Amino acid sequence: MFMNYLDVKGRIFDIQRYSIHDGVGIRTIVFLKGCALRCRWCCNPESQRYDIETMMVNGRPKVYGQDITVREVMETVKRDMPYYSRSDGGLTLSGGESLLQIDFAEALLRAGKDLGVNTALESMGYAKYSDIQRILPYLDTYLMDIKHMNPEKHKEWCGKENTPMVENAMKIARSGQVKLIIRVPVVPGFNDTEEEIAAIAHYASTLPGVNEIDLLPYHSFGEGKYTGLNRPYPMGNALPPTQEKMLRLKAAAERGTGLYCQIGG
Amino acid sequence: MNNFDSTPVEKSERIGRLVKHLFHKMPEIEAARAELITESYKASEGLPETMRKALAFDHILENLPIIIRPEELIVGSTTIAPRGCQTYPEFSYEWLEAEFDTVEHRSADPFYISEETKKRLKAVNPYWKGKTTSELAKSYMAPETLRAMEHNVFTPGNYYYNGVGHVNVHYDRVINEGLRGIMAQTTSALLKLKVCDPEYGNKKRFLEAVLISCNAVIKYAHRYAELAKEEAAKESDAKRKQELLKIAEVCSNVPENPARSFQEACQAFWFVQQTMQIESSGHSISPGRFDQYMYPYYEKDIRNGVITRFQAQELIDCVWVKLNDLNKCRDAVSAEGFAGYSLFQNLIVGGQTPDGKDATNDLSFMCLDATKHVFLPQPSISIRVWNGSAKELLIRAAEVTRTGIGFPAYYNDEIIIPSMESRGIPAEKARNYCIIGCVEPHVPGEEDGWHDAAFFNMARPLEMVFKNGYENGEEASIHTGDIGSFKTYEDFKAAYKKQMDYNIALLVNADNSIDKAHMERSPLPFESALIDDCIEKGMPLQSGGAKYNFTGPQGFGIANVADSLYAIKKLVFEEKRFTLTELAKALEMNFGKGFDVITAKETAEQVARKVAADGGEVTPDLISNAVSAVLNMELPAEEKQRYEEIWQMIDDLPKYGNDVDEVDEIAREAAYFYTRPLPNYKNPRGGIFQAGLYPVSANVPLGGQTGATPDGRLAHTPVADGVSPTNGKDLHGPTASCNSVAKLDHADASNGTLFNMKMHPTAMSGEKGLENFVSLVRGFFDQKGMHMQFNVVDKETLLDAQKHPEKYQGLVVRVAGYSALFTTLSKSLQDDIIRRTAQGQYR
Repeated sequence: MFMNYLDVKGRIFDIQRYSIHDGVGIRTIVFLKGCALRCRWCCNPESQRYDIETMMVNGRPKVYGQDITVREVMETVKRDMPYYSRSDGGLTLSGGESLLQIDFAEALLRAGKDLGVNTALESMGYAKYSDIQRILPYLDTYLMDIKHMNPEKHKEWCGKENTPMVENAMKIARSGQVKLIIRVPVVPGFNDTEEEIAAIAHYASTLPGVNEIDLLPYHSFGEGKYTGLNRPYPMGNALPPTQEKMLRLKAAAERGTGLYCQIGG
Repeated sequence: MNNFDSTPVEKSERIGRLVKHLFHKMPEIEAARAELITESYKASEGLPETMRKALAFDHILENLPIIIRPEELIVGSTTIAPRGCQTYPEFSYEWLEAEFDTVEHRSADPFYISEETKKRLKAVNPYWKGKTTSELAKSYMAPETLRAMEHNVFTPGNYYYNGVGHVNVHYDRVINEGLRGIMAQTTSALLKLKVCDPEYGNKKRFLEAVLISCNAVIKYAHRYAELAKEEAAKESDAKRKQELLKIAEVCSNVPENPARSFQEACQAFWFVQQTMQIESSGHSISPGRFDQYMYPYYEKDIRNGVITRFQAQELIDCVWVKLNDLNKCRDAVSAEGFAGYSLFQNLIVGGQTPDGKDATNDLSFMCLDATKHVFLPQPSISIRVWNGSAKELLIRAAEVTRTGIGFPAYYNDEIIIPSMESRGIPAEKARNYCIIGCVEPHVPGEEDGWHDAAFFNMARPLEMVFKNGYENGEEASIHTGDIGSFKTYEDFKAAYKKQMDYNIALLVNADNSIDKAHMERSPLPFESALIDDCIEKGMPLQSGGAKYNFTGPQGFGIANVADSLYAIKKLVFEEKRFTLTELAKALEMNFGKGFDVITAKETAEQVARKVAADGGEVTPDLISNAVSAVLNMELPAEEKQRYEEIWQMIDDLPKYGNDVDEVDEIAREAAYFYTRPLPNYKNPRGGIFQAGLYPVSANVPLGGQTGATPDGRLAHTPVADGVSPTNGKDLHGPTASCNSVAKLDHADASNGTLFNMKMHPTAMSGEKGLENFVSLVRGFFDQKGMHMQFNVVDKETLLDAQKHPEKYQGLVVRVAGYSALFTTLSKSLQDDIIRRTAQGQYR
């Protein structure tokens, strides 16, 4: 006898309601805990480890990480139904890398579809493609990060090579089952040159059905969290890219690719 | 295909100059009206009150100095000084004399007053001794009512000291038929009077007073026509000369006769709006559905090529400027409760027609744009939202919200219309509703709603339960038993209900006493002429002449009461973490968090009274010793720690505003404690009471009169406003907060509810930001929320949020591609967002 998918348990570290800048309409984001990468600029360091941990927030300790069933998550998600229906919004999974908890991610998206709302996933595609295939039927929009085209540099800044993920992007695109949008965090010293951005955009333009690429400027929102976790901040005093630079990179991404490029999610 | 043109029209340069002139100096108090009404009243002693009012109105309008301000297209000013105010000694005057020397320098709404004006007012004011509405009202009140008011359970200050206002009149009839049309109706009513009618005398005099009053307004307009002609003759600029001649032509035709053009319709509207406020000092005289009754004139002129859309927009903008030329000086305490020189002239666009179709037209957009052009607090612009509202209109409204001006307020037809129907208003009239003042639904031209009848502080009866009705050693309310005697949560709740019921009955007594005083001393024939069925009944509005009569006092502090009841239920009775007696002590000791100056002052007064009562001498030393003793009082460390523990336990509980059903259910019940008893009471005009749940800005001063409450609120800090969650206690973002508020029974508060929400402009940036904002409003309204307004925060607010994060925990800002709670961001990022706000980069 199969377990009811609503009883599947997973580990999250936050649920954020009224998210209005990721995907269509008013959304609720469920943040799954645990990540395969360790990107230096990561603004959610509390998302990286699967273990439940304690972070200091405004001088008080706060526990991050909670084991929860799909049913319980949906209790919260359901509360904003009137806003999803008015805005075509819905449920977004983020992380961490949600695909590392594939049973949970699949069940959450399936529950989202049961509600009839729009579903989205923010992910690097770090998983076996057979796992990714399990979620595609329940997913409307795949917001996929491609951070760099050079495997070595990717490994140096994120801890792992990007080859499997780049390959997965092509497979997802070819499946034709979801709307795929490529997102690039623009990080100073890592990928903030016109050549590097153009390389990613070029690859994105070869993905069937992909017509949008988003450039997300680096910000230091996460800095305080590193302190709260008693970890050094890997980005030091790096400054966010200027608006002028972002516009130049946008032009580089659009040049010859036919893609629409948006700054910010 | 839309049946409207929503293209924005450019702002005329004239408007900027009109606004600049209006604000080139501080508002001033003038004496002319007070002198004129006193002269007239001295001469009319012995005549019936309605007739005296009409004669005085005529005398004032005949002699009040008039002025046409530079470049005005719409004329009519109540004072020579821009944004000045006249005084209304027939309602009350003593407070102003007492504040003569402080009114110019007070923090809320200061007014300049010259020595000359003080002298002139001092000369006429004494005539009114013993003749004001407020004195008569006070003489009608029960002793326990006066006592409850002294103890600040409620305050009916508004109509106690001023005219009532708070109506919407038949602007449409004056524009369409002219005052001559209304006078013809009056004459025919006079002819129909039967000599054997027992009310023959009253009716005849009232109808005659109506004729005098309408005629007075016609003559007043003619004075402006003459003045415009004179100024035209002197004018060297050819363009302005033409404008002045046009003004002369307009004012000699309206409001006497039907308007022939859009400009005449605007001018007729304005004379009605202005002279009504000369007749009495009531505020919240609300233009209502301006886009509806003005539209035929706009449409005709545009169709016939008489004016361009640019000219029409300029005229609307001019009306908006004039709405800011009217002003009112309130006493210092009321000024804090109504801060911002506001006259609450509510003007509403959109919504449905009486037959239930979408009412959006060109003017709906142009009115919203006028607010953007003029960027002033008047009119209080509002928008009606229903399932068939044009999306373009909502997006345009959102654009105005994003400017940070705090307008428009959004109203939900889908709950307001059924709510009005439940009070006996027929469907087609309810569909035509407008809003009065802050948030009060109203039948245009047919209702006397007495909407702003009192502020009732729902947290005070709660304090009375803890004090068993005693305060500062005096009896202040009924006795509901020693706080230690309640064995169950239900017992406690029953005691609170008793305190509420008792004080609500006193509130009714206060309002009805004031109502009677206005009926007897302040019938208003001009206002009455413009509201059905006063002429047909031969009865002033103040005697019940309107078709629909209500009294709408407003309660506030639901969030505090709800969170308090939840804390008591949970921590005292379910988990037994502390007892009610212990909690009572913690409240008295302000949770061990120290005492403020107000407590010190109260204690010092108590000591002084006691010493005086015992025959001792009250010296400055004695007072200052008492004050410093309270301020420096040190509790034993253990006791202090226990109170802080109690505070922490309370603080850790979920609060109203977080979409937690258990708490929100209690909030719904708390609102019922106020809304349900009221409709059982009647007013002297033949109507019933109906509750509102909104505070204007009185939650701040009245919070200053409220001790610590069991929700963890410290003594004398503001009480929660309207139906909004306590500031900074809604931690799960706008949708959670909206869901909590939507769980209240808004329809039962048929006098209106008010929900304030804070927004940062970055959360509304771009086209998508506007769309998501509209979806938020719609999602709240789909769940039967009634009203919503947005405080788009500015840089100063964010700076304050850095200093006092505890007050701003629910504040959402857009960071970079996503939104976050401002207080959770790092200092440097906060600084960054503050810089962005300052630059307006995301607008």
